[in-house]
Amino acid sequence: MPDAPDDVHDAVLDATGVAKRFGAVQALKSASLQVKAGQVVALMGANGAGKSTFVKILTGVLKPDAGHVKIKGRESTVASPAGARRWGLVPVYQEPSLIPDLSVADNLRLGDTPLQPFRHWVSELGLPDLDSDALIRSLPLASLRIVDLARALAIEPDVLLLDELTAALPTDLVDRVLKVVRAQADAGRSVIYVSHRFKEIAAICDRATVLRDGLTVADVAIEPGIEEKIVEMMLGGAVAAAVAEERPVKPVPAQTPRLRVRGLKTGTRLTDVSFDLHKGEVLGVVALEGQGQDELFDVLAGNRKASAGAVEVDGTSKTFSHPADAIAAGLTLVPGDRAHALLMSRSVRENIAIPLLARFRNWGAIPMREEAAKVGAAIETLQIDTRAQGEVRRLSGGNQQKVTIARWIAKGVQTLLLFDPTRGIDIRTKRQIYALVRTLADQGAAVLFYTSELAEIRLACDRAVVIFNGRVVDVIDAKDADESTLMRAAYGLTERAPA
Amino acid sequence: MKRWIEANSWTLGLAALLVALLLATKLIQPGFGASGLDSLARAALPFALATVGMAIVVLAGGIDLSIAAMMAVASVTGAVLMAGASDAQAVLVVIAVLALGLAMGAINGVLIVASRVPDIVVTLAMLFVWQGVALLILNAPGGGAAGWLRAMGAGGVPLPGLGWLPRGIVFLAIVTALIWLPIRRSKLGLRLYAIGSDPMAAFRSGVPVGQTRIAAYALCGLFAALGGLSVTMGTGIGEPIPGPYLLASVAAVVLGGVVLGGGRGGLIGPILAVFILRTVRMDLTLLSVDPNVAAIVEGTIMVAVVMFGAVLATRGRRT
Repeated sequence: MPDAPDDVHDAVLDATGVAKRFGAVQALKSASLQVKAGQVVALMGANGAGKSTFVKILTGVLKPDAGHVKIKGRESTVASPAGARRWGLVPVYQEPSLIPDLSVADNLRLGDTPLQPFRHWVSELGLPDLDSDALIRSLPLASLRIVDLARALAIEPDVLLLDELTAALPTDLVDRVLKVVRAQADAGRSVIYVSHRFKEIAAICDRATVLRDGLTVADVAIEPGIEEKIVEMMLGGAVAAAVAEERPVKPVPAQTPRLRVRGLKTGTRLTDVSFDLHKGEVLGVVALEGQGQDELFDVLAGNRKASAGAVEVDGTSKTFSHPADAIAAGLTLVPGDRAHALLMSRSVRENIAIPLLARFRNWGAIPMREEAAKVGAAIETLQIDTRAQGEVRRLSGGNQQKVTIARWIAKGVQTLLLFDPTRGIDIRTKRQIYALVRTLADQGAAVLFYTSELAEIRLACDRAVVIFNGRVVDVIDAKDADESTLMRAAYGLTERAPA
Repeated sequence: MKRWIEANSWTLGLAALLVALLLATKLIQPGFGASGLDSLARAALPFALATVGMAIVVLAGGIDLSIAAMMAVASVTGAVLMAGASDAQAVLVVIAVLALGLAMGAINGVLIVASRVPDIVVTLAMLFVWQGVALLILNAPGGGAAGWLRAMGAGGVPLPGLGWLPRGIVFLAIVTALIWLPIRRSKLGLRLYAIGSDPMAAFRSGVPVGQTRIAAYALCGLFAALGGLSVTMGTGIGEPIPGPYLLASVAAVVLGGVVLGGGRGGLIGPILAVFILRTVRMDLTLLSVDPNVAAIVEGTIMVAVVMFGAVLATRGRRT
C-alpha cells in the first residue's frame, strides 16, 4: 500500500476495521478511512464495494458489527444523523434530506440551522434568489442539492461528508460547489467526498481511499496519472477470473434494428443516449450507479416519459405512455427489484401465466390446458426449483429471478430489457441466466442487458454501450470488454465518440 | 396576501360551503336561529374534538382507529368519578381524565414505535382493548357530571359586535387554540409535519421520529379525552359504547383537506368539515329525507368534494 498516512493520531475522523453483515451478505469486511484537518478525502469504490454502507455507519444510520470510529480522538457514539451533527460531522446524503411539505425556512428551523449563514452559502453556491418561503416540494432537484449543502455549511461542521453531491447538478453549479468545498478544506475543515467522477476528485481532493468488496485496499495521494492506478485497485488483481467462452464476433447486421434509440433525455440524469439493438443481439449496458441507466430502462419500459429523443421499434417511431404500450411493442422489462415484478404470495405457475393471460383472452375462463403446457415448458427450460412453488416469496432470490424471466419466455419475447438480473444470485444460477439470455438471442430475441458486474459483459453480451453522466461515452465489443477497459470507460476516462 | 389565499384555498372553500349550507338551512326552515345553531354546535362538539385528534395523527403520517374507544373510556371514567363529587373535586376529575387521555394515546404510540407493527393494526387491536376497559368501568350508561361542566356546552356567549355564538363553538375554539397553537408554533409542530411528510428525510434532518410519533398519538388521546368529556357534558352521564366517531372523524379529516399519508393540511379545514357534514345531515332531516337515503347523500357529497379538490389541484399544478 503506497503512501499511507504517516500519523493517524492527528486525524479528525479515524475509522478502522469497520465491518457490517446483512444476513448472509458481508457488506463491509474491514473498511478504514482517515481524514485530517484541511483535507478533502475521496471515498471511491466500484458498485457494491460497500461505500453506502460505510457512509451510513459513519453517520450513525447503521451500527457496525466490528471496528472503531474515532472523531477528534474520541470513540464515536454517533447513533443518528442528529448525533453525528453534535460530533461535528454533517452529512449531505445522495437523496435530499429535506421535508417536501415544509418551506425552506421551516426546514432550517427544524434542524436549528442559522438563517444568515445559510443565505450567505446559498448565494455563494449560485442561488441568490432562493425564496425561503417556497415549499421544498416546488423546487427542482438541483436547487434541493444546493439547499442541502448550504444547510450543512451553515452549521460549520468539522467534517463534511458529501455523498454523490454533484450527480444531479448542472455544470455551472458543479464548478461553484467544488470551489466552495475546496475552500472549506483550505480553511482547516475536513471533507469526505464520495464520488465516481475522477475529474472532480482530481480538482479538489488531497487523497483517495479505495474500497473493494468491503475492504479498504488503498489510501493514496491524488497526483496526475493516479486515475489508472485507482481503477486497477478498484478491480483487484483477479481480473480475468471468469472464463469467457469464445463466441464468434457477430457482424452488426445492416437491416433495420429491432430497437433504435436516438438522443434520449429525461430528468436530470439521462441527458443524451443513442444506440441500436438488433435482432439476435445481446447489448450490454455498463454504467456506474446513477448515470442515467435507471431512467433509460424506465423510458423503454413505458414507466416514464422521455423529455427529448426518439425510440424506434422495427423502424417505426414509438412513444410509450404506459407499460402496456411498451409490452404491446414487444419490449418487456425484467426489473432489478424482483419484488416489483412478482406477485410474491402467489404460485410460480400463476406468476408465469400472468403475462400469458393478457394474450389468451381478456374475458371468460382461462384455457387451463394451454396455460399449463406453456408454463410447464418455461419451468423446464429454466430449471426452476419448484419444491417451494406454492408461494414465490419462499423461493431463493435466484429462482425468483428465473421466474421473472420465465414469464416472458412463455409468452414469446421479442425485446427483453434486463436490469441487473443477476444481482445477489449464486454463481450456478447466474450461469443458467447467461445461457438463457444467449438462447433467447439465438432464437431471434433482442436483449438489452444492464449489469453492475463488469465481468458479465464478456460472458453474456455481444457488445456493450458505456453510459457516463447520462451520455453514451463508448461502445465496446465483447472480445475487448475486459474489466479494466470497461471500468476506465465507465469512469469517463477514455471517452470517445460512439460509432 | 395572494399567497395566503392560495395556501388556504381549500379551507376558504370549505368555509364558503358551510355558509352556503347554513343559508340553505335558513331557507328550508325559516325558524332556524339561535337554538338551532346551539343544538348543531352541541351535536357537533364530540365529533369536532375527535376530528382534531385524528387530524393531528394523520398529519404526522399515522391513523388511530381506537379514537372512539378512548373517548368512551374518558367519558365513563369522568362520569363515574364525578357522580356525587363536589364542584371542586370535579375539576380534579377533569384534569385526571385529560391525563388519562394523554396516557392512553401515548400507550398507542409507544406500542407502534416499539413493535414496528403498522399503526392501523396496533390501533385496531387497541380499539378492542379500550372498548373492554370502558365496559369494565361502567357496563351501562350511567354516572354523573358536575353542573358547571354541563353548563359549558349549552347556551350562548354574547360577543360584542358579533351578536352571539353557541358555547359549544366557543369551547371548541378555545380548547383547540390553547392546545394546538403553541404546538404548531413550536419545534414539535414542525416535527409532526416533518415525519408525516417524509419520515426518512425527517430522520436525516435530526428529527427524533419515534418520540414525535408518540407525541402525535398522545395528543390524539388528549383530544379523545376532551371528546369523551364533551359527550358526558352533553348528556350528563358516561357512555361506555362510543358513537360513530371513528369513521366520522376520518371522513372529516379527509374532507378537511388533510392528506391521508401525512404532511399536508391543517386543523381548521377538518373542523369546518365536521360542521359541514353535521349541517348536511340536519338539512336532510329537516327535509324529512329517508335516513338511509341521507347516508347515501352524505357519502356522495364527500367523494364528490374530495374529487373536485383533486381535479382543482392537478389543474393548479399544470398552469
